[in-house]
Amino acid sequence: MIRYIASRLLRAALTIALVVTFAFIVLRLSGDPATIILGPEAPPEAIEAFRHNWGLDRPVLVQYFDYFRAILRGDLGISMRDGRSAIELVGERIPATLALTIPALFLQLAIGIPAGVYAALHQGTAFDRTVMVSAVFGFAIPSFVLALALVLVFSVKLGWLPSGGRDSWMHAILPILTLGLGGAAALARFTRSAMLEVLGRPFIRTASAKGLPWAAVVRGHALPNAAIPTVTLVGFLVGSLIAGAVVVESVFSWPGVGRLLVVAVSNRDLAVVQCLLLLVAASMVTSNLIVDFLYGVLDPRLRQGARAGA
Amino acid sequence: MAGPLIRIEGLRVAFDGAPAVRGVDFAIHRGEALGIVGESGSGKSVTWLAALRLLPEKAVVEGRVSLDDDNLLEAPIERMEHLRGGRIGMIFQDPASALNPVLTIRRQMAEALALHRGLSGKSIDAEARRLLDLVGIPDAAGRLKSYPHEMSGGQNQRVMIAMALAGNPDLLIADEPTTALDVTIQAQILDLLQLVRRETDMALVLISHDLGVVAENCDRVAVMYAGRVVEEAPARTLFEAPRHPYTRGLIDALPTLDAPRRLVAIPGVVPDPRRMPPGCAFSPRCAHAAPACLGAVPELRRLEPGRRIACARAAELDLQPAATALPAETARPEVRA
Ligand SMILES: Nc1ncnc2c1ncn2[C@@H]1O[C@H](COP(=O)(O)OP(=O)(O)OP(=O)(O)O)[C@@H](O)[C@H]1O
Ligand code: SF4
Ligand SMILES: [Mg+2]
Repeated sequence: MIRYIASRLLRAALTIALVVTFAFIVLRLSGDPATIILGPEAPPEAIEAFRHNWGLDRPVLVQYFDYFRAILRGDLGISMRDGRSAIELVGERIPATLALTIPALFLQLAIGIPAGVYAALHQGTAFDRTVMVSAVFGFAIPSFVLALALVLVFSVKLGWLPSGGRDSWMHAILPILTLGLGGAAALARFTRSAMLEVLGRPFIRTASAKGLPWAAVVRGHALPNAAIPTVTLVGFLVGSLIAGAVVVESVFSWPGVGRLLVVAVSNRDLAVVQCLLLLVAASMVTSNLIVDFLYGVLDPRLRQGARAGA
Repeated sequence: MAGPLIRIEGLRVAFDGAPAVRGVDFAIHRGEALGIVGESGSGKSVTWLAALRLLPEKAVVEGRVSLDDDNLLEAPIERMEHLRGGRIGMIFQDPASALNPVLTIRRQMAEALALHRGLSGKSIDAEARRLLDLVGIPDAAGRLKSYPHEMSGGQNQRVMIAMALAGNPDLLIADEPTTALDVTIQAQILDLLQLVRRETDMALVLISHDLGVVAENCDRVAVMYAGRVVEEAPARTLFEAPRHPYTRGLIDALPTLDAPRRLVAIPGVVPDPRRMPPGCAFSPRCAHAAPACLGAVPELRRLEPGRRIACARAAELDLQPAATALPAETARPEVRA
């Protein structure tokens, strides 16, 4: 188990290093911050001064290594826009984003897993078919379309919920639904097929032949096996929640990191964008680590190599 | 004489309108070993899965399965749960997939011991160790902590047997318990079943493709074809003087010392359950088929004590060993791998 975890940690560190490098390259290639921030009309001396100030006139490799060293020190630079530290700018937005993504994840788990399990146990019933159909829709509809549809119904037509801003918990409901529903449907469908696959395996019949009541067979034998593939999907959902936050925060004018990213990119605010990408990469990598760890906990076959070695 | 331990009467099973078992009767006495043979799809497994109500819901089951005063097909589900694993144990073909991959052997055995013996805590460990010792697993204490993938197929099948014995059953149904194992392990598992039977006086149903295995390990053998029993007799009698053309065919197809693999397989294939031939289901493949065979499905009749045959021409046929068997010397070079 220890070797298993160590190898995953090493891979995680490598992933983050790659993301940092990738972010550096893409941002340097995609336009000169000086002209974008100062405007195309700015006098050449001003642009020169700006570039010198931010170190943009030095060789790219030197910039890259400086940048990497700074990150290792925990220094992610200063916003070119308002001169505050990028970490501070990003940090103050994080709670707002967590206020959407964490409830959305719980919504996905609380709806998706029970619905999927129930549908598998009642295959072919009306409930099962409803789950299947809504899963197809839930996954196919882009989140901005779902967001607009929810706004049309609950804000414009019924007037029950606000359509944007962050003044009360009421404002969070529609963004959370938008973020959570698609994933809940996908999770339900996936859980259902994982359960059906497991219920068809021979050890389920062995468990029944032993005299275990059906509920105990489902709880003790089917669920622990179906959980293994389902954990993969949950890891994937966490990733798509982060991507979804960018869209949803923009649509609902929610002041989180997603909207900050949109603004920072269009401003070429390098330090802030880099800091955000690092945050996204770190959260993806963390969720993958948790998934790998859960695999190890759930599946003894994965632990075996580590046990033989350690 | 006391009545049979378990009696199956008029058992019929259909899946989506296709009959898989078409009227089967069996009676098994205490301590007796009954072998069931037949080609793939003849309904051997379905018969016993139906008796224990382990088939999916879409299976339509009719008939009666009596164990003492219970009709298993109509007993409340709680009663069934008590009988499954308690009075009737069952083990399956592929032990590696018949055990749960994410649970320890201890946990899987503990379930049976808790359900049927009311054990808990330390006494579960002690009894599980005793059972693993009984089925010949070395280092039983260590093995309790193992997972199925850490053990060989033969050891997993021993665990399955130990688990089935946990409830002290009166009957063990072994559905092709050695098919997935290699030959030396097969023999060990069959020996183990015999040993267990001697020590516990439990009845055994041994399902197999292999007439030889069944003849060596059972008192009585039933041959199934297309969802029916076509012949049933004491093992030795059946082997030496089969009365049903299908049984004759199975025996002629057996390898012998002279000809490790003879070429006399029964021509043709098992009929599609949706399109059963009229009358005797074996008639399209039977060398003795006559117009009399096509009228009604032949009844399984008692021809002499302990012997039942379902063949319209049973009384008149004298089935000699197949004349087509080649001398060993010429047969050997043509053996197909
Ligand atoms: N769950 C099921 N759904 C539909 N048909 C089934 C099901 N289980 C068995 N059958 C059908 O029932 C018939 C008898 O199957 P059964 O498994 O009893 O054969 P068998 O004699 O045990 O063969 P084998 O030697 O291959 O195990 C087959 O035609 C099979 O296709
Ligand atoms: S009834 Fe006729 S066809 Fe069927 S086995 Fe007997 S002889 Fe052959
Ligand atoms: Mg079978």
